[in-house]
Amino acid sequence: MMQKIETLFVDLSDWFIAWLQSLGVPLAWADGILLLIQFLCIVGIILVNITILIWLERKVSGFIQQRPGPNRLGPFGVFQTIADALKLLTKEDIIPSKTDRWIFLTAPILFMTISVMLYIVLPMGKDMQVVDLNVGLFFFISLGSLTTIALLMGGWGSNNKWSLLGAMRSVAQMISYEIPLALSLMGVVMIAGSLRLSDIVAAQDNLWFVILQPIAFLTYLISATAELNRGPFDMPEAEQELTAGAYTEYTGMRYALFFLAEYTNLVAVSALASTIFLGGWQGPWLPSWLWIIIKTYLVMFIFMWAKWTFPRIRMDHLMAFSWKVLIPVTLVNIVATGFGLYIFKGIGG
Amino acid sequence: MLSTERLTINIGPQHPSAHGGLHVEAVLDGEVVLDAIPHVGYVHRSVEKIAESRTYAQFVPYTARLDYLGTHLPVIGYVQTVEKLAGIEVPERAEYIRIIMGELSRIASHQLFIGSLAIDLGATTGLLYCMRDRERIMDMFEMTSGQRLLAAYMRIGGIAEDLPAEFIPAVRSFVRDIPKMIKEYQGLLYGNEIFQARLKGIGKLSAEDAIAYGVTGPNLRACGIDYDIRKAEPYGIYDRFDFEVPVGSKGDAWDRLMVRNEEIIQSGRIIEQALEQMPEGEIQAKVPRVLKPEKGKSVYHRIEGAKGELGYYIVSDGGEKPYRLHVRAPSFVNLMALPLVSRGGLLQDIIVNIATLDPVLGEADR
Amino acid sequence: MSTQQAVFEDISKTWGDQIEVLEDQYFEGVKVPCKILPEIFQKLRDEHGFNYLANITAVDFQDRFELVYHIYSIPGNRKLLVKADVDHDQPLAPSAVAIWPTADWQEREVFDLMGIRFEGHPNLQRILLPDEFEGHPLRKDFSMKG
Repeated sequence: MMQKIETLFVDLSDWFIAWLQSLGVPLAWADGILLLIQFLCIVGIILVNITILIWLERKVSGFIQQRPGPNRLGPFGVFQTIADALKLLTKEDIIPSKTDRWIFLTAPILFMTISVMLYIVLPMGKDMQVVDLNVGLFFFISLGSLTTIALLMGGWGSNNKWSLLGAMRSVAQMISYEIPLALSLMGVVMIAGSLRLSDIVAAQDNLWFVILQPIAFLTYLISATAELNRGPFDMPEAEQELTAGAYTEYTGMRYALFFLAEYTNLVAVSALASTIFLGGWQGPWLPSWLWIIIKTYLVMFIFMWAKWTFPRIRMDHLMAFSWKVLIPVTLVNIVATGFGLYIFKGIGG
Repeated sequence: MLSTERLTINIGPQHPSAHGGLHVEAVLDGEVVLDAIPHVGYVHRSVEKIAESRTYAQFVPYTARLDYLGTHLPVIGYVQTVEKLAGIEVPERAEYIRIIMGELSRIASHQLFIGSLAIDLGATTGLLYCMRDRERIMDMFEMTSGQRLLAAYMRIGGIAEDLPAEFIPAVRSFVRDIPKMIKEYQGLLYGNEIFQARLKGIGKLSAEDAIAYGVTGPNLRACGIDYDIRKAEPYGIYDRFDFEVPVGSKGDAWDRLMVRNEEIIQSGRIIEQALEQMPEGEIQAKVPRVLKPEKGKSVYHRIEGAKGELGYYIVSDGGEKPYRLHVRAPSFVNLMALPLVSRGGLLQDIIVNIATLDPVLGEADR
Repeated sequence: MSTQQAVFEDISKTWGDQIEVLEDQYFEGVKVPCKILPEIFQKLRDEHGFNYLANITAVDFQDRFELVYHIYSIPGNRKLLVKADVDHDQPLAPSAVAIWPTADWQEREVFDLMGIRFEGHPNLQRILLPDEFEGHPLRKDFSMKG
């Protein structure tokens, strides 16, 4: 019975392909249609998750701050996000006349598109990945870097000094923290011997990588917080003098799209952390796709906890921290991992 | 070729961290602040002119709206000035109650200072913890005067009403909890490295500059000058209490925070002693229904407000309304130090400097 | 450090009969002619240690304006009141900014609300009222009716 629930989605897609083939559709086309459906499912998952996340963030921040959080709409305020989304949809869409129109309009769409593309390689359960690239991890990190372009487009297209300033700061921050992000993951890659995400999960059969690479986990979390522009690294966004930084000139749904994209990134990054450090979909008794959900939410809770507890780091401290502290630490981690592996293999491990 | 130009950014007056209607014009060269010019006057309500058409007793509620975060302190300053002018002696019990109310107001004001500093730096949770603790003081004020924030509880010659029965146990329990409260702030805020990195060494004000620019209160004491009006020129019955005046050393934002933090503890000590020494008795002196002080007399009386030296200058012409009333507002004078501490610093530090100089615009603009 | 007595003696010695000593229960002081204010302030700050100017204000007595200065010394906490009369039709007084920088905004406020101009002030503009405002509200002849 548990086995059936476990392989539910895999069985469904197998049956779907068999059914299409029986209708006379060639295999390549059937695969293509399945891919499309999987993509739509991903979009669906993202939207559901974001809805839950926004509510969760407000509730968690409320409890940390000794207040109830949303509690009017629905039991425990669960319909709050829907109400907010409806409100945003009805807002007037203002496009300032002096903006560089195409860049201005494309920026949020690009941001969201890239964030959605990150989910293609994430393993959401045993054998449940849209595409199991053999350079999955590399693909993920590279795409993550592209988001800086979307931000810069937003700031530049607004044709506003302060937006540009905010966007440039964001980009500087994100570029600086990508290096420790990637380097933290190198230790894991060295031990697992592969960039394929399903291999990395399989390599954690006996021991989760968080135990073998605790420092990498920590630096990954810190770098990811900076990448996501979340507190305590949200200086470019929450900087009160520069209003909302790169997002200043955006209104209504476009503004919401930026924040939705940020939340999408949050889920993706947390899912990656669970995959690489916390054993992915492995876990006793419960089906695999449930385990990955639980672990992802656990990591997201840590991100939220950090945001609502710490004050903001000043821009120059932020850069200094990345270049002078995080990068050396991650490099040392790689060297130590190398030594460890060498000795491990030497003693016949 | 590349040329640099100076940027002028306006911070406020509508702004989450403008502390009221404060407008700061920041002139920048890249990230470095060349000048930070404060513009006040957005909350000017011509209180001094109004005073000339109100009787002395009618003016009491207006004073509460000056430093609205220090609830009772500006009111105490005003009624004491009028008592000096008219030669009224306040009964003992009323004096003690004034001390308790004044020190509770000081604690409330400093708690709000810590909370708003936390939220300006991004630690939103800090604000809510401080507000939660401040609620206890607000409840105590409501017990006595019916008003939480702008209580006109003082009268010329004493107090409006005597304390209800549940007040003293509430005050005792609050004072007992002060060390626990401070420990919580220590854990959440002061002990945090990010918090410290944003405050230590920022916004240094030298002692000579502070005195020359008329900065008073915790800002002056943070620079190392031991000057507290409660000790230097005791008013009311402050000379009967044993308390210390916390003094900083470097005059930076961190010292300004720590001085205020320590003052909360010292105010707790004063309240404890006041509770012990308070006698029973009258709460209001015999004051004529319409007070007419002597003609030609003028008095300047100052108290240690939560922000600094709060002074009132009243000139009487023998009538029932003051001929001239002037309020010496500490926030107005303290704001003159903002350009001094901000020059040469970074843009983000202007917010820190505004927050740690602790201006209240109601007082600065009157 | 001088005692209050010594201060009065010193000032009287220099300016003699231009000074009027004001006895008061709470705040002793001197009344001086407006034009010698800068010299008196210089002497008070440099020789007698009055380094803290707490308050500048003005009173409109309808035939004259009266400027009031409250000065203190930190540490030591001696205090001195200085009053000076200013002409009502052409209100002009010397600025104290060079001696105590704190006079900057306080003199601007007196100018803004009372209309007394201060010679030597680096930036004598309105501070509390809007720049375009006409009139000086704290004067007794300012019409309060619409």
